[in-house]
Amino acid sequence: MKRISILLSTLFLLASCSAPGPKTLTVMTHSSFAVSEDVIRSFEKENNVKVVFLQSGDAGETLNKAILAKDAPLADVLFGVDNTFLSRALQADIFESYRSPELDSVDDKFKLDASNHVTPVDFGDVCINYDKKYFTDNGLAIPGSLEDLVKPEYKDLLVVENPATSSTGLAFLLATHAHFGEDYLNYWKSLKDNGLVVVDGWETAYYTNFSGSSGHGAQPMVVSYGTSPAAEVVFATAPLNDAPTASIIGPDTCFRQIEFVGILNRTKNRALAEKFVDFMLSVQFQEDMPLQMFVYPVNQKAALPEAFTKYSQIPVQPAVLTPDEIATNRDAWIEAWTAAMK
Amino acid sequence: MLDHGDRERRKFNVQGPFASAWFKRLLLWFFPVLFLLQFFFVPLFRILSLGFDASALKTENFSLAFSVLSFTFYQASLSLALTFMLGLPSAILFARYDFYGKSFLRALTAIPFMLPTVVVATAFNSLLGPNGWIHSLFPLSSFQFMGTLTAILIAHVFYNTTIVIRIVGNALSRLDPKLEYAARSLGADSSRVWWNVILPLLRPSLLAAALLVFLFDFTSFGVILLLGGTNFSTLEVEIYLRVLKLPNLPLAALLSLIQLIFTLILSLFYTRVINQTTVQTAPRFSASSLPASIREKIFAALLVLFLSSFFFLPLVSLPLRSLARLEADRGQRMEVQDGITIDYYKELFINRRGSLFYVPPIQAALNSFAFAGLTVLFSLFLGFPAAFALAKPTGLEKILDPLLILPLGSSAVMLGLGFILSFGSALSLPIFVPIAHTLIALPFVVRALQPAIASIPERLRQAASMLGASPFRVWQTVDFPILSRATLTAATFAFTISLGEFGATLLLSRPDRPTIPVAIARFLSQPGGLNYGQAMAMSTILMVITCVSILFIERDDNRFA
Repeated sequence: MKRISILLSTLFLLASCSAPGPKTLTVMTHSSFAVSEDVIRSFEKENNVKVVFLQSGDAGETLNKAILAKDAPLADVLFGVDNTFLSRALQADIFESYRSPELDSVDDKFKLDASNHVTPVDFGDVCINYDKKYFTDNGLAIPGSLEDLVKPEYKDLLVVENPATSSTGLAFLLATHAHFGEDYLNYWKSLKDNGLVVVDGWETAYYTNFSGSSGHGAQPMVVSYGTSPAAEVVFATAPLNDAPTASIIGPDTCFRQIEFVGILNRTKNRALAEKFVDFMLSVQFQEDMPLQMFVYPVNQKAALPEAFTKYSQIPVQPAVLTPDEIATNRDAWIEAWTAAMK
Repeated sequence: MLDHGDRERRKFNVQGPFASAWFKRLLLWFFPVLFLLQFFFVPLFRILSLGFDASALKTENFSLAFSVLSFTFYQASLSLALTFMLGLPSAILFARYDFYGKSFLRALTAIPFMLPTVVVATAFNSLLGPNGWIHSLFPLSSFQFMGTLTAILIAHVFYNTTIVIRIVGNALSRLDPKLEYAARSLGADSSRVWWNVILPLLRPSLLAAALLVFLFDFTSFGVILLLGGTNFSTLEVEIYLRVLKLPNLPLAALLSLIQLIFTLILSLFYTRVINQTTVQTAPRFSASSLPASIREKIFAALLVLFLSSFFFLPLVSLPLRSLARLEADRGQRMEVQDGITIDYYKELFINRRGSLFYVPPIQAALNSFAFAGLTVLFSLFLGFPAAFALAKPTGLEKILDPLLILPLGSSAVMLGLGFILSFGSALSLPIFVPIAHTLIALPFVVRALQPAIASIPERLRQAASMLGASPFRVWQTVDFPILSRATLTAATFAFTISLGEFGATLLLSRPDRPTIPVAIARFLSQPGGLNYGQAMAMSTILMVITCVSILFIERDDNRFA
């Protein structure tokens, strides 16, 4: 059986690379990864290489697949490990260390891995978005803190994602833990008593439940991204002169996510992989990223697009937990949350 | 029953002058078994042997498994019962009566089968959600739909009624009408004809449909997550969580084993029951006709009305939304533009941000068609020999039959990890997409073909050749008329299963070869009216091409009537 398996795989491989040409660099990413065509083409041309992307589900799924395949890596480079999965990735020892010269233009607060097995590429905040029109029409004040959300005037107004199935849901759970410490479950119980709605994932929360999106749902507050208001303007049906939504950016109401890239162990294209890591930190890629993935660049030299400076806010005090704290407790917190919210 | 003569003939065949009967059987099974070994059993074995260890055999794990299993079983049984309550009358309606718009309604019932769950959830929500149509028509009614068991059950009926309509309806129209006439002329009234003649004859297809519907509900994943919210968990959902979210591979392996064993028990039971009856009929079709009596008219009218609203109302919200300016009441616009627009369709053809992963809609449709076409080819190529062998089961088939069904009852997530272990980076090759789809389609194809092949009377073949017909002529006049309709049913299943992209979770997807469901998911992953509108437009395109394809595949359906 094994022999047939090898035979088939070889046949497929032969079929796929029968044409001689430039080398191929395989980059594994999560499914939200996006980039402009001309940006990638310029990298391909400069280095005489063909870049193939493999999308493998969300950040957690991608990492888990890479860990499972670490003895026979599926790709040369992996992009999309974030700070909530960083320790797990480092413990699994799937990356080779590499310090990119471009790191000099990156603020130290993003360099969470001193050993340089992974390199920061972008950051963004998971924040509660609100439907501006709903709050104006009903004469409601915008909540300013996590504590405000359990007040009676905000009853039945908030939808969040299940932290067991969704990365935005997990980020919000982490924000509450950073703020309330071990008391976080009591906070969640008060949220539940105040008519909190929990759904499986971001798509459902944003497009089915949130009243500020095109889905015209029932809840005017949703856990989404700090950049979602900018995306609402960029992807508006008719041109908008203001965003229909905004983020609540009180203390600890947002959770900071930093995404990293790393060179996978046993790559046969080490030199090209290094070039690709440098490329992801280059001004060209960093300035392309915001409007493709709606995240912020880590390279201080990269300029932000207008939609970002006008409609997205960066929280002054985002909730922070160290990757080690998250790695040690993530599963236990999710399990406890699941039990408490049943 | 009707096969006494044939049973002797079978004995004769096996021990007959051609001792090669065994060899023939091996030949029939060679490719299907090779395929299943290579793409199902080996990957599954690799991941289970990696994941399973004795540490998972703890009381708390078993009690978790037990509570999840009982809910899984409970919702699947309820869903099965409801699906049959709607499916059986509908099968009769489509097989027996003619009415205006019949082929369209038939095609309509197959559409949910291939729509991504997130789109179906959107459709249901716009109808039944807090701001849905029902709610705006009856503002005082207060009911919660999303996040309830009712939502799960309705979605399962919505998805799976097509299985009953196609498998049972196909068998019903293949019944020799003479049997019914005979019963009537002997004085049986119509309920006795149904209970004593028709239902017993339909038993194999009823069982096949029940098995498939039950397994689909049993391994339900997207519906439970999206419509059930956090309140419900099936084995499949729990395995997904334990594999990818709260990694605990030993527990996931244990749950997968439980799910597999349960599926195996079901299929063994099915194999036992199904082998007790082989129904052979004339290659003749019961004609469908206009409803004649008042009772028939009322039955047909009510059912057509119900089916149209049940399938049409949720689905029609998608095309409506794809044509409506979605920001009409959101304020802060530069200029007021209400009403109807085709902007979202135009926008599909523009790569506005120059994205590398931009999907031209025609390319996505072509990719979807190519994968679906290959899935039909693969699954018919593998399904025909298997169904032929199963039609006249020997001891060998009693072992192989249940194994064929197992892919339907195994966790897609675990199998996906097994694929990674077995095939590594080769997995990104496009050929794995139709292969993964074929794994799911094969049980459907075999179940659709087998009852038809089993029903071909050997005596008719022999009579034909005795009268001088060439083997081709025998095939043309005896086999083909009976098999053509079953083949169409099988092809429809394979096609829609592939269009619905069931295999996506198994694979490492290459964004340069996206299918329509992949494109929809990509639009829905970012905020903004344009993205939402384009997702609705793309879903509408998927609905339309599915509907047209099914009308095309089934266009000759009345040819033999």
